[in-house]
Amino acid sequence: MERHDNLRLRPPRHRVDRRAIGWWTLQSALFALPLPLTFGILWATIPPTREFFMWATLISCVPGLLYMAVMPAWRYRVHRWETTDEAVYAASGWLWQQWRVVPLSRVQTVDTLRGPLQQMFGLSGVTVATASSSGAVKIKGIDHQVAQDLVEYLAARVESVPEDAT
Amino acid sequence: MTPDTSVSPPAVDQDWGRLNSRLLLVNLSILGAPLAMFLASLAVTGGKTNLQIIITLASLFVTFLVISGIGLMRLFTTRYRLTEDRFELRKGLLFRSERSIPVGRIRGVDLTANPVHRVFGLTTLRIDSGEQSDAVARKLALDGITKAEALELRRRIIALRDAGRSPAVADNDGVLCRLDWSWLRYGPLTIWGVGGVFIAAGSVYRTLNEMHVNPLELGIVKDIEHRFGSVPLWYGILVSVLVIVALGMVGSTATFIENWAGYELRREEGGALRIRRGLLATRSVTIAERNLRGLELVEPIPLRWARGAKLNAVASGLGGEDENRSRRALTSPVPRAEAVRVAAEALPVDEPGLIEREGLLRHPRAALRRRINRALIWSVLIAAVPVGLGLWLSTGLVIGGVITGVALVPILVAFAFNAYRTLGHGLRGRYLVTSAGTFAHRTVVLQREAIIGWKISRTPFQRRAGLLTVGATTSAGEGVYHVYDLTEGQGIALAETTVPGLLAPFIERAPDRG
Repeated sequence: MERHDNLRLRPPRHRVDRRAIGWWTLQSALFALPLPLTFGILWATIPPTREFFMWATLISCVPGLLYMAVMPAWRYRVHRWETTDEAVYAASGWLWQQWRVVPLSRVQTVDTLRGPLQQMFGLSGVTVATASSSGAVKIKGIDHQVAQDLVEYLAARVESVPEDAT
Repeated sequence: MTPDTSVSPPAVDQDWGRLNSRLLLVNLSILGAPLAMFLASLAVTGGKTNLQIIITLASLFVTFLVISGIGLMRLFTTRYRLTEDRFELRKGLLFRSERSIPVGRIRGVDLTANPVHRVFGLTTLRIDSGEQSDAVARKLALDGITKAEALELRRRIIALRDAGRSPAVADNDGVLCRLDWSWLRYGPLTIWGVGGVFIAAGSVYRTLNEMHVNPLELGIVKDIEHRFGSVPLWYGILVSVLVIVALGMVGSTATFIENWAGYELRREEGGALRIRRGLLATRSVTIAERNLRGLELVEPIPLRWARGAKLNAVASGLGGEDENRSRRALTSPVPRAEAVRVAAEALPVDEPGLIEREGLLRHPRAALRRRINRALIWSVLIAAVPVGLGLWLSTGLVIGGVITGVALVPILVAFAFNAYRTLGHGLRGRYLVTSAGTFAHRTVVLQREAIIGWKISRTPFQRRAGLLTVGATTSAGEGVYHVYDLTEGQGIALAETTVPGLLAPFIERAPDRG
């Protein structure tokens, strides 16, 4: 058997849209900011507890701001996707990373999903599902038009590739 | 909705089957439950009753009345029939539903009977169409026909379905495995028993509390409390632990009997596997041969120490996650050798020892380091709890915490070595074999054709150690089966040899690092 020490997965061809960074930042803000904001309001409005809530605000800010600063850019470096005549291939995650490959002959459904935040940025997500309960490839944060073309391409390909049962 | 419902309505009525009228009694009998509880509450409180009890039971009674009403409605409105090529079911009065399923698409027909049904000689027949849409719509159930009817219906459905196919599979009808009562010794070895004791105690307490009977004031509880107070603390704790463990063992033994009495695994005509089991609730699961995509050998810790194991099917069409969990079992807890024997017969292949761990490829040493690191981290974390509390409260806790930590290190490191030795993977003919697990060892055998995609993942720690985890996604069983902690090159080569061509366009050779 040949040596396979230096084999590795190459990154998929296309990056997601640059606007995805904005989308992820907004999304992380929704997670990260409410708590320090609450503390901040309390800090401003209840004088006797000033000191305690000042520290609470500052301390609760730190992990949230770090997350907002690091995660979106990092994700942008990792998230990529690609389709070939035979398969869909996508990379996702930031600290925990994932590469998924699905052959078109096994694709059952192709969906698009646009959440309200994604719509604000003109982005779309495409989910390519198979019969496996955990086999779906999700490509999030690509341009709306690109997503439409992708869905059309996949739908056409899936129809022309002979389907394998299950 | 379907074209043929409008064709000849008069003729239809004769061959449409209905649920059995004994279901009437079943539905009325559940009203007995609140009555029985009323009597029980009288017995517990010594004949006294209060408004709270009456309100609780009255609302229960009304609820059960509604349930029973729904049941009756179902009884009167359900019709079913089997034609040449499809099974049809109509039910509902206000919300009418008509479902029809082509016989060729039926994946399995199960019979289950709950205790009440069994008293009246009834059973529930479930038809699985194996669609991946939502679980509720997928199932067709005939809830309450006689056992003879159900058996006959199943025979006809299977015969019709298989008539369309070539009878390629040889007739190897026969029993693969049957309950041996000596396996009852594995009954107490399920850890759930102890949890069950607490759950049971909790629900009894809750029920009594709802009725405004304070369980702590009952004579028997007072008596125990008094005795507990009169002995040294360590003795009391020791006895309580022993009693709880003993009760738990009794509970899990009872569960074993309830689940596995009358257990039989046989191969039916056409190659399907059929599992029958259960004392009060009998269950019968049929897995068509083409849906059986692999097997899983599980050895959880108490069972492993007694050289026992369980065998599960990795099959599609067994339903959602929960359903799959309750229906996939091929054997009860059995001696390991027996599980391996059944595996070889359930999945007849040329490879001897298909599901054995011996001969699998080992994983890199970095995987061992990860496990040892994990063991050390857990020791520190567990020890940190009493130490942290101790800094606050007393030095005794600090010392206790440190001792716990020091004692845990060798134990958890031993587990780490064991977990590393369990890691293994390999290709055996048509199958991908993977083995892993710390407290429960799992060996999974998965058909390579059943793999419908790859899910390769790396945690930050794995990236640093140059490892990755390869997940094979499939429509069967849990949906994805992992090969943990391979080197990057090893993992990608494994994926590519397992399903040639799928990953190939995405692989590159890194420049040699020397």
